[in-house]
Amino acid sequence: MTEPVLQTKGLCKAFGALRATDNVSIDLRPGEIHAIIGPNGAGKTTLIAQITGMLAPDSGQVFLDGEDVTRTPPPTRARMGLGRTFQISQLAMGDTVLQNACLGAIGATQRQWRLVRPALRDPELRDRAMAALERVGLSDQARSVTAELSHGQRRQLEVAVALTLAPRAFVMDEPMAGLGTEGSARLTAFLDGLRREAPILLVEHDMDAVFALADRISVLVYGQVIATGTVAEIRADDMVREAYLGEEA
Amino acid sequence: MSRESVINWIVLAGLVAVPLWAHLSDEPFTITLATRAVILALAAVGLNIALGIGGLVSLGHAAFFGIGGYTMGILAHHAQTYTPVMEWPLLIEGTKSMPVIWGLSILFSALAAFLIGLLSLRTSGVYFIMITLAFGQMFYYFAISWAEYGGEDGLSIYVRNGFPGVNTLVPIQFYGLCLVALLIVLGFNAALARAPFGLALGAARQVPARVRAVGLDPYRLQLLAFTLSGAITGLAGALFADLNRFVSPTMFSWQLSGELIVFIIIGGVARLFGPVIGAVLFVVLEHWLGGLSDYWHIYLGLMLLGIVLFGRGGVIGMVAGRERSHD
Repeated sequence: MTEPVLQTKGLCKAFGALRATDNVSIDLRPGEIHAIIGPNGAGKTTLIAQITGMLAPDSGQVFLDGEDVTRTPPPTRARMGLGRTFQISQLAMGDTVLQNACLGAIGATQRQWRLVRPALRDPELRDRAMAALERVGLSDQARSVTAELSHGQRRQLEVAVALTLAPRAFVMDEPMAGLGTEGSARLTAFLDGLRREAPILLVEHDMDAVFALADRISVLVYGQVIATGTVAEIRADDMVREAYLGEEA
Repeated sequence: MSRESVINWIVLAGLVAVPLWAHLSDEPFTITLATRAVILALAAVGLNIALGIGGLVSLGHAAFFGIGGYTMGILAHHAQTYTPVMEWPLLIEGTKSMPVIWGLSILFSALAAFLIGLLSLRTSGVYFIMITLAFGQMFYYFAISWAEYGGEDGLSIYVRNGFPGVNTLVPIQFYGLCLVALLIVLGFNAALARAPFGLALGAARQVPARVRAVGLDPYRLQLLAFTLSGAITGLAGALFADLNRFVSPTMFSWQLSGELIVFIIIGGVARLFGPVIGAVLFVVLEHWLGGLSDYWHIYLGLMLLGIVLFGRGGVIGMVAGRERSHD
Protein backbone atom coordinates (compact mmCIF):
# COMPACT_ATOMS: atom_id res chain seq x y z
CA MET A 1 0.00 0.00 0.00
CA THR A 2 1.25 3.45 -0.84
CA GLU A 3 1.85 6.02 1.86
CA PRO A 4 -1.30 8.15 2.47
CA VAL A 5 -1.03 11.81 1.52
CA LEU A 6 -3.35 12.91 4.29
CA GLN A 7 -4.14 11.02 7.46
CA THR A 8 -5.85 11.51 10.79
CA LYS A 9 -5.17 9.33 13.82
CA GLY A 10 -7.63 9.13 16.70
CA LEU A 11 -8.93 12.66 16.22
CA CYS A 12 -11.23 13.81 19.05
CA LYS A 13 -13.02 17.09 19.57
CA ALA A 14 -15.78 17.75 22.08
CA PHE A 15 -17.92 20.83 22.60
CA GLY A 16 -19.10 20.44 26.18
CA ALA A 17 -20.86 17.10 26.36
CA LEU A 18 -21.15 16.84 22.57
CA ARG A 19 -18.51 14.65 20.94
CA ALA A 20 -18.33 16.28 17.54
CA THR A 21 -15.35 14.18 16.48
CA ASP A 22 -14.91 10.87 18.23
CA ASN A 23 -11.71 8.96 17.57
CA VAL A 24 -11.66 9.54 13.83
CA SER A 25 -8.87 7.83 11.88
CA ILE A 26 -9.11 8.20 8.13
CA ASP A 27 -6.60 8.48 5.34
CA LEU A 28 -6.39 9.77 1.79
CA ARG A 29 -4.22 7.80 -0.63
CA PRO A 30 -2.65 9.00 -3.87
CA GLY A 31 -5.01 9.05 -6.83
CA GLU A 32 -8.22 8.45 -4.93
CA ILE A 33 -11.37 10.28 -4.03
CA HIS A 34 -12.32 9.53 -0.47
CA ALA A 35 -15.83 10.72 0.32
CA ILE A 36 -17.05 11.53 3.82
CA ILE A 37 -20.79 11.23 4.17
CA GLY A 38 -23.11 11.43 7.12
CA PRO A 39 -26.34 13.02 8.28
CA ASN A 40 -26.50 16.68 9.28
CA GLY A 41 -24.74 17.24 12.58
CA ALA A 42 -22.56 14.16 12.15
CA GLY A 43 -19.46 16.32 12.59
CA LYS A 44 -18.26 16.58 8.99
CA THR A 45 -17.57 20.30 9.16
CA THR A 46 -15.79 19.95 12.52
CA LEU A 47 -13.61 17.21 11.04
CA ILE A 48 -12.72 19.35 8.02
CA ALA A 49 -11.91 22.26 10.32
CA GLN A 50 -9.39 20.11 12.19
CA ILE A 51 -7.85 18.73 9.03
CA THR A 52 -7.39 22.22 7.58
CA GLY A 53 -6.22 23.67 10.90
CA MET A 54 -9.05 26.09 11.65
CA LEU A 55 -9.81 24.12 14.80
CA ALA A 56 -7.40 22.35 17.15
CA PRO A 57 -8.37 18.79 18.16
CA ASP A 58 -8.57 17.81 21.83
CA SER A 59 -6.47 14.76 21.05
CA GLY A 60 -5.26 12.82 18.05
CA GLN A 61 -3.08 13.85 15.13
CA VAL A 62 -3.23 15.03 11.54
CA PHE A 63 -0.51 14.03 9.10
CA LEU A 64 0.23 15.63 5.74
CA ASP A 65 2.71 13.68 3.62
CA GLY A 66 3.73 11.78 6.73
CA GLU A 67 4.48 14.94 8.66
CA ASP A 68 2.61 15.76 11.87
CA VAL A 69 0.73 19.01 11.19
CA THR A 70 -1.64 18.83 14.17
CA ARG A 71 -0.38 22.14 15.58
CA THR A 72 0.45 23.75 12.24
CA PRO A 73 -1.60 26.87 11.42
CA PRO A 74 -3.75 26.88 8.23
CA PRO A 75 -1.46 29.08 6.09
CA THR A 76 1.47 26.74 6.67
CA ARG A 77 -0.66 23.68 5.88
CA ALA A 78 -1.70 25.38 2.65
CA ARG A 79 1.94 26.04 1.76
CA MET A 80 2.71 22.38 2.51
CA GLY A 81 0.20 21.38 -0.14
CA LEU A 82 -3.27 21.30 1.36
CA GLY A 83 -5.78 22.92 -0.99
CA ARG A 84 -9.30 23.39 0.28
CA THR A 85 -12.65 24.69 -0.85
CA PHE A 86 -15.30 26.06 1.47
CA GLN A 87 -18.88 24.96 1.97
CA ILE A 88 -19.95 28.60 1.91
CA SER A 89 -17.98 30.38 -0.80
CA GLN A 90 -15.17 32.44 0.68
CA LEU A 91 -14.48 34.88 -2.12
CA ALA A 92 -13.55 38.55 -2.16
CA MET A 93 -16.87 39.78 -3.55
CA GLY A 94 -15.60 43.27 -4.36
CA ASP A 95 -12.71 41.93 -6.45
CA THR A 96 -12.85 40.54 -9.94
CA VAL A 97 -12.90 36.83 -10.70
CA LEU A 98 -9.34 37.06 -11.98
CA GLN A 99 -8.19 38.83 -8.82
CA ASN A 100 -9.68 36.07 -6.70
CA ALA A 101 -7.85 33.44 -8.70
CA CYS A 102 -4.74 35.61 -8.56
CA LEU A 103 -4.90 35.56 -4.75
CA GLY A 104 -4.38 31.82 -4.92
CA ALA A 105 -1.45 32.32 -7.28
CA ILE A 106 0.07 34.86 -4.89
CA GLY A 107 -0.22 32.34 -2.08
CA ALA A 108 1.25 29.57 -4.20
CA THR A 109 4.25 31.66 -5.25
CA GLN A 110 4.49 33.54 -1.93
CA ARG A 111 4.73 36.86 -3.77
CA GLN A 112 2.62 38.76 -1.25
CA TRP A 113 5.50 41.06 -0.27
CA ARG A 114 5.75 42.59 -3.74
CA LEU A 115 4.60 46.14 -3.24
CA VAL A 116 4.85 47.93 -6.54
CA ARG A 117 4.30 45.97 -9.73
CA PRO A 118 0.61 45.23 -10.44
CA ALA A 119 -0.32 41.64 -9.62
CA LEU A 120 -2.19 41.22 -12.90
CA ARG A 121 0.85 42.34 -14.93
CA ASP A 122 3.00 39.63 -13.40
CA PRO A 123 2.96 36.96 -16.12
CA GLU A 124 3.42 34.07 -13.74
CA LEU A 125 0.58 35.10 -11.44
CA ARG A 126 -1.66 35.93 -14.36
CA ASP A 127 -0.97 32.69 -16.22
CA ARG A 128 -1.53 30.57 -13.14
CA ALA A 129 -4.80 32.34 -12.39
CA MET A 130 -6.04 32.25 -15.98
CA ALA A 131 -5.14 28.58 -16.38
CA ALA A 132 -7.20 27.70 -13.31
CA LEU A 133 -10.16 29.77 -14.51
CA GLU A 134 -9.97 28.15 -17.90
CA ARG A 135 -10.08 24.68 -16.38
CA VAL A 136 -13.31 25.36 -14.53
CA GLY A 137 -14.78 27.23 -17.49
CA LEU A 138 -14.70 30.74 -16.03
CA SER A 139 -12.16 32.43 -18.28
CA ASP A 140 -14.89 34.44 -20.01
CA GLN A 141 -15.86 35.89 -16.65
CA ALA A 142 -12.31 36.82 -15.63
CA ARG A 143 -13.04 40.55 -15.55
CA SER A 144 -16.45 40.36 -13.89
CA VAL A 145 -16.81 41.48 -10.31
CA THR A 146 -17.27 38.35 -8.21
CA ALA A 147 -20.45 39.68 -6.58
CA GLU A 148 -22.09 39.56 -10.02
CA LEU A 149 -21.47 35.83 -10.48
CA SER A 150 -24.27 33.31 -10.16
CA HIS A 151 -24.16 30.87 -7.28
CA GLY A 152 -22.95 28.10 -9.56
CA GLN A 153 -20.16 30.25 -10.97
CA ARG A 154 -19.04 31.10 -7.45
CA ARG A 155 -18.76 27.40 -6.71
CA GLN A 156 -16.61 27.01 -9.83
CA LEU A 157 -14.40 29.90 -8.76
CA GLU A 158 -14.08 28.32 -5.32
CA VAL A 159 -12.57 25.25 -7.02
CA ALA A 160 -10.41 27.39 -9.33
CA VAL A 161 -8.75 29.17 -6.39
CA ALA A 162 -7.79 25.79 -4.93
CA LEU A 163 -6.43 24.74 -8.34
CA THR A 164 -4.02 27.70 -8.47
CA LEU A 165 -2.25 26.20 -5.46
CA ALA A 166 -1.46 22.97 -7.33
CA PRO A 167 -1.83 21.20 -3.98
CA ARG A 168 -0.70 17.72 -2.90
CA ALA A 169 -4.20 16.99 -1.60
CA PHE A 170 -7.61 18.61 -1.97
CA VAL A 171 -10.12 18.92 0.84
CA MET A 172 -13.50 19.88 -0.58
CA ASP A 173 -16.39 20.79 1.67
CA GLU A 174 -19.62 20.22 -0.25
CA PRO A 175 -18.46 21.59 -3.60
CA MET A 176 -21.82 20.63 -5.15
CA ALA A 177 -23.87 22.55 -2.57
CA GLY A 178 -26.59 24.51 -4.31
CA LEU A 179 -25.61 23.44 -7.82
CA GLY A 180 -28.35 22.33 -10.20
CA THR A 181 -28.35 18.91 -11.85
CA GLU A 182 -26.36 20.16 -14.82
CA GLY A 183 -23.80 22.00 -12.71
CA SER A 184 -23.39 18.99 -10.45
CA ALA A 185 -22.82 16.70 -13.43
CA ARG A 186 -20.19 19.03 -14.89
CA LEU A 187 -18.32 19.36 -11.60
CA THR A 188 -18.53 15.59 -11.10
CA ALA A 189 -16.87 15.03 -14.46
CA PHE A 190 -14.19 17.57 -13.58
CA LEU A 191 -13.37 16.08 -10.16
CA ASP A 192 -13.26 12.65 -11.76
CA GLY A 193 -10.20 13.73 -13.77
CA LEU A 194 -8.71 15.86 -11.00
CA ARG A 195 -7.98 12.88 -8.74
CA ARG A 196 -5.07 11.95 -10.98
CA GLU A 197 -3.35 15.24 -10.08
CA ALA A 198 -4.01 15.07 -6.37
CA PRO A 199 -6.32 12.95 -4.23
CA ILE A 200 -9.52 14.53 -2.97
CA LEU A 201 -11.10 14.28 0.44
CA LEU A 202 -14.70 15.01 -0.47
CA VAL A 203 -17.44 15.94 1.96
CA GLU A 204 -20.65 15.83 -0.01
CA HIS A 205 -24.40 15.52 0.42
CA ASP A 206 -25.13 14.79 -3.23
CA MET A 207 -25.26 10.98 -3.17
CA ASP A 208 -25.29 10.64 -6.96
CA ALA A 209 -22.00 12.49 -7.09
CA VAL A 210 -20.53 10.52 -4.20
CA PHE A 211 -21.45 7.14 -5.67
CA ALA A 212 -20.19 8.22 -9.09
CA LEU A 213 -16.86 9.55 -7.84
CA ALA A 214 -15.73 7.90 -4.65
CA ASP A 215 -13.09 5.20 -4.57
CA ARG A 216 -13.80 4.84 -0.89
CA ILE A 217 -16.49 6.19 1.39
CA SER A 218 -16.38 6.80 5.12
CA VAL A 219 -19.64 7.20 6.97
CA LEU A 220 -19.65 9.58 9.89
CA VAL A 221 -22.43 9.35 12.47
CA TYR A 222 -22.39 11.20 15.81
CA GLY A 223 -18.73 12.02 15.30
CA GLN A 224 -17.68 8.41 14.74
CA VAL A 225 -16.67 6.64 11.55
CA ILE A 226 -19.08 3.71 11.52
CA ALA A 227 -17.86 2.28 8.22
CA THR A 228 -15.22 2.76 5.54
CA GLY A 229 -15.26 0.91 2.25
CA THR A 230 -15.87 0.93 -1.45
CA VAL A 231 -19.14 2.17 -2.89
CA ALA A 232 -20.45 -1.39 -3.14
CA GLU A 233 -19.45 -2.23 0.43
CA ILE A 234 -21.07 0.88 1.83
CA ARG A 235 -24.28 0.33 -0.11
CA ALA A 236 -24.42 -3.21 1.28
CA ASP A 237 -23.58 -2.30 4.87
CA ASP A 238 -26.56 -2.85 7.17
CA MET A 239 -25.37 -0.44 9.81
CA VAL A 240 -24.98 2.30 7.24
CA ARG A 241 -28.42 1.64 5.79
CA GLU A 242 -29.94 1.89 9.19
CA ALA A 243 -28.02 4.92 10.37
CA TYR A 244 -27.99 6.97 7.29
CA LEU A 245 -28.98 5.78 3.87
CA GLY A 246 -32.34 4.48 5.03
CA GLU A 247 -34.87 3.99 2.27
CA GLU A 248 -32.63 5.67 -0.30
CA ALA A 249 -30.29 2.76 -0.88
CA MET B 1 -10.85 57.69 -18.52
CA SER B 2 -13.14 56.84 -15.62
CA ARG B 3 -15.06 59.56 -13.81
CA GLU B 4 -12.96 58.92 -10.75
CA SER B 5 -9.72 59.69 -12.58
CA VAL B 6 -11.31 62.86 -14.01
CA ILE B 7 -12.03 63.96 -10.44
CA ASN B 8 -8.50 63.07 -9.43
CA TRP B 9 -7.01 65.18 -12.21
CA ILE B 10 -9.26 68.13 -11.33
CA VAL B 11 -8.17 67.94 -7.67
CA LEU B 12 -4.54 67.69 -8.76
CA ALA B 13 -4.89 70.69 -11.08
CA GLY B 14 -6.46 72.64 -8.21
CA LEU B 15 -3.59 71.75 -5.89
CA VAL B 16 -1.14 73.15 -8.42
CA ALA B 17 -3.13 76.13 -9.71
CA VAL B 18 -4.60 77.65 -6.55
CA PRO B 19 -1.33 78.11 -4.64
CA LEU B 20 0.37 79.38 -7.81
CA TRP B 21 -2.40 81.91 -8.24
CA ALA B 22 -2.08 82.85 -4.57
CA HIS B 23 1.66 83.26 -5.02
CA LEU B 24 1.28 85.52 -8.04
CA SER B 25 -1.38 87.65 -6.40
CA ASP B 26 0.65 87.79 -3.19
CA GLU B 27 -1.74 85.95 -0.87
CA PRO B 28 0.63 84.00 1.37
CA PHE B 29 -2.13 83.03 3.77
CA THR B 30 -3.91 81.05 1.05
CA ILE B 31 -0.66 79.20 0.41
CA THR B 32 -0.40 78.38 4.11
CA LEU B 33 -3.94 77.02 4.04
CA ALA B 34 -3.13 74.93 0.98
CA THR B 35 0.02 73.61 2.66
CA ARG B 36 -2.00 72.68 5.71
CA ALA B 37 -4.50 70.85 3.49
CA VAL B 38 -1.77 68.97 1.62
CA ILE B 39 -0.02 67.89 4.82
CA LEU B 40 -3.24 66.72 6.47
CA ALA B 41 -4.07 64.93 3.22
CA LEU B 42 -0.69 63.18 3.38
CA ALA B 43 -1.43 62.02 6.93
CA ALA B 44 -4.83 60.69 5.89
CA VAL B 45 -3.42 59.06 2.74
CA GLY B 46 -1.13 57.17 5.11
CA LEU B 47 -4.08 56.08 7.23
CA ASN B 48 -5.98 55.07 4.09
CA ILE B 49 -3.52 52.21 3.48
CA ALA B 50 -4.55 50.62 6.77
CA LEU B 51 -8.18 51.75 6.78
CA GLY B 52 -9.08 51.76 3.11
CA ILE B 53 -7.37 48.68 1.74
CA GLY B 54 -6.84 46.80 4.98
CA GLY B 55 -10.08 47.71 6.77
CA LEU B 56 -8.14 48.54 9.93
CA VAL B 57 -9.94 51.39 11.68
CA SER B 58 -7.12 52.92 13.68
CA LEU B 59 -8.11 55.60 16.15
CA GLY B 60 -4.50 56.07 17.15
CA HIS B 61 -2.80 57.46 14.07
CA ALA B 62 -2.19 60.75 15.85
CA ALA B 63 0.58 58.82 17.64
CA PHE B 64 2.55 58.58 14.39
CA PHE B 65 1.70 62.16 13.41
CA GLY B 66 3.02 63.27 16.79
CA ILE B 67 6.13 61.10 16.61
CA GLY B 68 6.96 62.69 13.27
CA GLY B 69 6.31 66.12 14.75
CA TYR B 70 8.41 65.55 17.86
CA THR B 71 11.24 64.02 15.83
CA MET B 72 11.41 67.30 13.94
CA GLY B 73 10.88 69.37 17.11
CA ILE B 74 13.55 67.64 19.17
CA LEU B 75 16.20 67.59 16.44
CA ALA B 76 15.60 71.23 15.49
CA HIS B 77 15.40 72.32 19.13
CA HIS B 78 18.84 70.88 19.83
CA ALA B 79 20.22 72.38 16.67
CA GLN B 80 18.97 75.86 17.53
CA THR B 81 20.20 75.66 21.14
CA TYR B 82 23.51 74.10 20.09
CA THR B 83 23.07 71.20 22.51
CA PRO B 84 23.48 67.52 21.64
CA VAL B 85 20.41 65.26 21.67
CA MET B 86 22.48 62.79 23.65
CA GLU B 87 26.10 62.31 24.54
CA TRP B 88 26.17 58.72 25.71
CA PRO B 89 26.65 56.03 24.42
CA LEU B 90 27.26 58.03 21.29
CA LEU B 91 27.12 61.69 20.51
CA ILE B 92 24.05 62.72 18.53
CA GLU B 93 23.67 66.32 17.45
CA GLY B 94 20.46 68.07 16.46
CA THR B 95 19.86 68.99 12.85
CA LYS B 96 17.97 71.49 10.72
CA SER B 97 18.13 69.36 7.59
CA MET B 98 14.72 68.30 6.31
CA PRO B 99 15.88 65.16 4.48
CA VAL B 100 17.51 63.85 7.67
CA ILE B 101 14.51 64.81 9.80
CA TRP B 102 12.10 63.21 7.33
CA GLY B 103 14.08 60.01 7.19
CA LEU B 104 14.19 59.74 10.98
CA SER B 105 10.49 60.65 11.31
CA ILE B 106 9.60 57.86 8.91
CA LEU B 107 11.90 55.46 10.74
CA PHE B 108 10.61 56.22 14.23
CA SER B 109 6.94 56.26 13.29
CA ALA B 110 7.35 53.03 11.32
CA LEU B 111 8.98 51.44 14.35
CA ALA B 112 6.19 52.65 16.64
CA ALA B 113 3.55 51.46 14.17
CA PHE B 114 5.23 48.07 13.96
CA LEU B 115 5.24 47.65 17.74
CA ILE B 116 1.71 48.99 18.22
CA GLY B 117 0.50 46.84 15.32
CA LEU B 118 2.21 43.77 16.75
CA LEU B 119 -0.08 43.98 19.78
CA SER B 120 -3.24 45.64 18.46
CA LEU B 121 -3.61 43.48 15.35
CA ARG B 122 -4.21 40.51 17.64
CA THR B 123 -7.63 42.08 18.14
CA SER B 124 -10.20 43.24 15.64
CA GLY B 125 -13.32 45.34 15.33
CA VAL B 126 -14.15 47.63 18.22
CA TYR B 127 -11.30 46.23 20.35
CA PHE B 128 -8.82 47.25 17.69
CA ILE B 129 -10.28 50.77 17.68
CA MET B 130 -10.00 50.96 21.47
CA ILE B 131 -6.49 49.57 21.74
CA THR B 132 -5.13 51.92 19.07
CA LEU B 133 -6.89 54.78 20.85
CA ALA B 134 -5.25 53.70 24.11
CA PHE B 135 -1.78 53.68 22.55
CA GLY B 136 -2.42 57.11 21.06
CA GLN B 137 -3.42 58.47 24.46
CA MET B 138 -0.30 56.98 26.06
CA PHE B 139 1.84 59.05 23.72
CA TYR B 140 -0.32 62.12 24.36
CA TYR B 141 0.13 61.97 28.12
CA PHE B 142 3.79 61.14 27.77
CA ALA B 143 4.31 64.25 25.66
CA ILE B 144 2.40 66.39 28.17
CA SER B 145 4.65 65.29 30.99
CA TRP B 146 7.89 65.47 29.01
CA ALA B 147 9.14 68.66 30.64
CA GLU B 148 12.50 68.56 28.87
CA TYR B 149 10.71 69.30 25.59
CA GLY B 150 8.17 71.84 26.78
CA GLY B 151 5.58 69.52 28.29
CA GLU B 152 2.13 70.88 27.71
CA ASP B 153 3.48 74.07 26.09
CA GLY B 154 5.34 72.24 23.36
CA LEU B 155 8.42 73.43 21.50
CA SER B 156 8.87 76.43 19.26
CA ILE B 157 11.29 76.28 16.36
CA TYR B 158 12.34 79.74 15.28
CA VAL B 159 13.45 79.16 11.71
CA ARG B 160 11.99 76.60 9.31
CA ASN B 161 14.33 73.70 8.55
CA GLY B 162 16.26 73.63 5.30
CA PHE B 163 16.11 71.48 2.20
CA PRO B 164 19.03 71.47 -0.27
CA GLY B 165 18.29 73.71 -3.24
CA VAL B 166 15.00 75.02 -1.87
CA ASN B 167 14.32 78.16 0.10
CA THR B 168 11.82 76.75 2.56
CA LEU B 169 11.13 80.19 4.01
CA VAL B 170 9.27 81.11 0.81
CA PRO B 171 5.75 79.72 1.29
CA ILE B 172 5.28 78.53 -2.28
CA GLN B 173 8.58 76.63 -2.20
CA PHE B 174 7.75 74.85 1.03
CA TYR B 175 4.31 74.12 -0.42
CA GLY B 176 5.98 72.61 -3.48
CA LEU B 177 8.01 70.28 -1.28
CA CYS B 178 4.90 69.12 0.56
CA LEU B 179 2.98 68.61 -2.67
CA VAL B 180 5.80 66.54 -4.15
CA ALA B 181 5.85 64.40 -1.00
CA LEU B 182 2.09 63.91 -1.31
CA LEU B 183 2.34 62.98 -4.99
CA ILE B 184 5.11 60.47 -4.40
CA VAL B 185 3.08 58.82 -1.65
CA LEU B 186 -0.07 58.83 -3.80
CA GLY B 187 1.89 57.15 -6.59
CA PHE B 188 3.14 54.57 -4.12
CA ASN B 189 -0.41 53.99 -2.86
CA ALA B 190 -1.78 53.56 -6.35
CA ALA B 191 0.86 50.93 -7.08
CA LEU B 192 0.43 49.25 -3.72
CA ALA B 193 -3.32 48.81 -4.20
CA ARG B 194 -2.76 46.80 -7.39
CA ALA B 195 0.38 44.96 -6.32
CA PRO B 196 0.19 41.42 -4.97
CA PHE B 197 0.48 42.88 -1.48
CA GLY B 198 -2.52 45.18 -1.93
CA LEU B 199 -4.59 42.41 -3.45
CA ALA B 200 -3.79 40.06 -0.58
CA LEU B 201 -4.40 42.80 2.00
CA GLY B 202 -7.79 43.62 0.49
CA ALA B 203 -8.69 39.94 0.51
CA ALA B 204 -7.61 39.70 4.16
CA ARG B 205 -10.18 42.42 4.89
CA GLN B 206 -12.96 40.68 2.97
CA VAL B 207 -12.33 36.95 3.49
CA PRO B 208 -9.58 36.18 6.02
CA ALA B 209 -10.41 32.45 5.96
CA ARG B 210 -9.71 32.31 2.23
CA VAL B 211 -6.43 34.17 2.63
CA ARG B 212 -5.27 31.60 5.18
CA ALA B 213 -6.42 28.78 2.93
CA VAL B 214 -4.11 29.91 0.13
CA GLY B 215 -1.10 29.99 2.43
CA LEU B 216 -1.03 33.67 3.47
CA ASP B 217 -1.14 35.06 6.99
CA PRO B 218 -3.56 38.02 7.33
CA TYR B 219 -1.81 39.16 10.51
CA ARG B 220 1.53 39.66 8.76
CA LEU B 221 -0.08 41.40 5.81
CA GLN B 222 -1.90 43.76 8.16
CA LEU B 223 1.24 44.36 10.20
CA LEU B 224 3.16 45.58 7.16
CA ALA B 225 0.17 47.69 6.07
CA PHE B 226 -0.05 49.27 9.52
CA THR B 227 3.70 49.95 9.56
CA LEU B 228 3.70 51.61 6.12
CA SER B 229 0.59 53.52 7.10
CA GLY B 230 2.19 54.82 10.30
CA ALA B 231 5.41 55.75 8.51
CA ILE B 232 3.57 57.96 6.02
CA THR B 233 1.50 59.64 8.72
CA GLY B 234 4.77 60.20 10.61
CA LEU B 235 6.27 62.00 7.62
CA ALA B 236 3.17 64.20 7.50
CA GLY B 237 3.72 64.98 11.19
CA ALA B 238 7.26 66.22 10.50
CA LEU B 239 5.98 68.47 7.69
CA PHE B 240 3.13 69.76 9.86
CA ALA B 241 5.57 70.71 12.60
CA ASP B 242 7.70 72.54 10.05
CA LEU B 243 4.69 74.38 8.67
CA ASN B 244 3.77 75.70 12.11
CA ARG B 245 7.36 75.83 13.40
CA PHE B 246 5.83 74.48 16.56
CA VAL B 247 5.11 71.11 18.08
CA SER B 248 2.87 70.39 21.05
CA PRO B 249 1.06 67.42 22.58
CA THR B 250 -2.07 68.32 20.58
CA MET B 251 -0.41 66.60 17.63
CA PHE B 252 -0.96 63.40 19.62
CA SER B 253 -4.60 64.16 20.44
CA TRP B 254 -7.24 61.59 19.66
CA GLN B 255 -9.33 64.30 18.00
CA LEU B 256 -6.69 64.41 15.28
CA SER B 257 -6.92 60.63 14.83
CA GLY B 258 -10.67 61.08 14.46
CA GLU B 259 -10.26 63.90 11.95
CA LEU B 260 -8.04 61.74 9.76
CA ILE B 261 -10.81 59.12 9.66
CA VAL B 262 -13.33 61.86 8.87
CA PHE B 263 -11.23 63.03 5.89
CA ILE B 264 -11.25 59.53 4.48
CA ILE B 265 -14.99 59.04 4.97
CA ILE B 266 -15.83 62.43 3.46
CA GLY B 267 -13.65 61.83 0.42
CA GLY B 268 -14.33 58.13 -0.05
CA VAL B 269 -12.90 55.09 1.73
CA ALA B 270 -10.25 53.16 -0.24
CA ARG B 271 -10.30 55.78 -3.02
CA LEU B 272 -6.84 56.99 -3.95
CA PHE B 273 -7.80 60.68 -3.72
CA GLY B 274 -10.47 60.22 -1.04
CA PRO B 275 -8.34 61.50 1.84
CA VAL B 276 -7.05 64.38 -0.30
CA ILE B 277 -10.54 65.61 -1.10
CA GLY B 278 -11.58 65.13 2.51
CA ALA B 279 -8.63 67.10 3.87
CA VAL B 280 -9.06 69.92 1.35
CA LEU B 281 -12.77 70.23 2.12
CA PHE B 282 -12.02 70.19 5.83
CA VAL B 283 -9.46 72.99 5.59
CA VAL B 284 -11.70 75.06 3.32
CA LEU B 285 -14.71 74.62 5.60
CA GLU B 286 -12.61 75.28 8.69
CA HIS B 287 -11.47 78.56 7.17
CA TRP B 288 -14.76 79.80 5.68
CA LEU B 289 -17.27 78.46 8.16
CA GLY B 290 -14.85 79.09 11.01
CA GLY B 291 -14.94 82.76 9.98
CA LEU B 292 -18.74 82.79 10.09
CA SER B 293 -19.30 80.93 13.31
CA ASP B 294 -17.35 79.43 16.17
CA TYR B 295 -19.62 76.43 15.91
CA TRP B 296 -18.60 75.46 12.38
CA HIS B 297 -18.06 71.85 13.44
CA ILE B 298 -21.86 71.52 13.47
CA TYR B 299 -21.89 71.97 9.70
CA LEU B 300 -19.03 69.54 9.25
CA GLY B 301 -20.94 67.08 11.40
CA LEU B 302 -24.07 67.52 9.29
CA MET B 303 -22.06 66.92 6.14
CA LEU B 304 -20.52 63.79 7.60
CA LEU B 305 -23.95 62.56 8.65
CA GLY B 306 -25.30 63.15 5.15
CA ILE B 307 -22.41 61.27 3.57
CA VAL B 308 -22.59 58.33 5.94
CA LEU B 309 -26.38 58.06 5.60
CA PHE B 310 -26.88 58.71 1.91
CA GLY B 311 -23.59 58.42 0.06
CA ARG B 312 -21.46 55.63 1.42
CA GLY B 313 -18.74 56.16 -1.17
CA GLY B 314 -17.99 59.69 0.07
CA VAL B 315 -17.68 62.65 -2.31
CA ILE B 316 -15.93 60.53 -4.94
CA GLY B 317 -18.56 57.82 -4.65
CA MET B 318 -21.37 60.33 -5.14
CA VAL B 319 -19.80 61.87 -8.24
CA ALA B 320 -18.14 58.85 -9.81
CA GLY B 321 -20.56 56.11 -8.84
CA ARG B 322 -19.75 52.69 -7.55
CA GLU B 323 -16.19 51.51 -7.80
CA ARG B 324 -15.66 49.36 -10.86
CA SER B 325 -13.15 46.60 -11.27
CA HIS B 326 -9.60 47.87 -11.41
CA ASP B 327 -7.21 47.20 -14.28
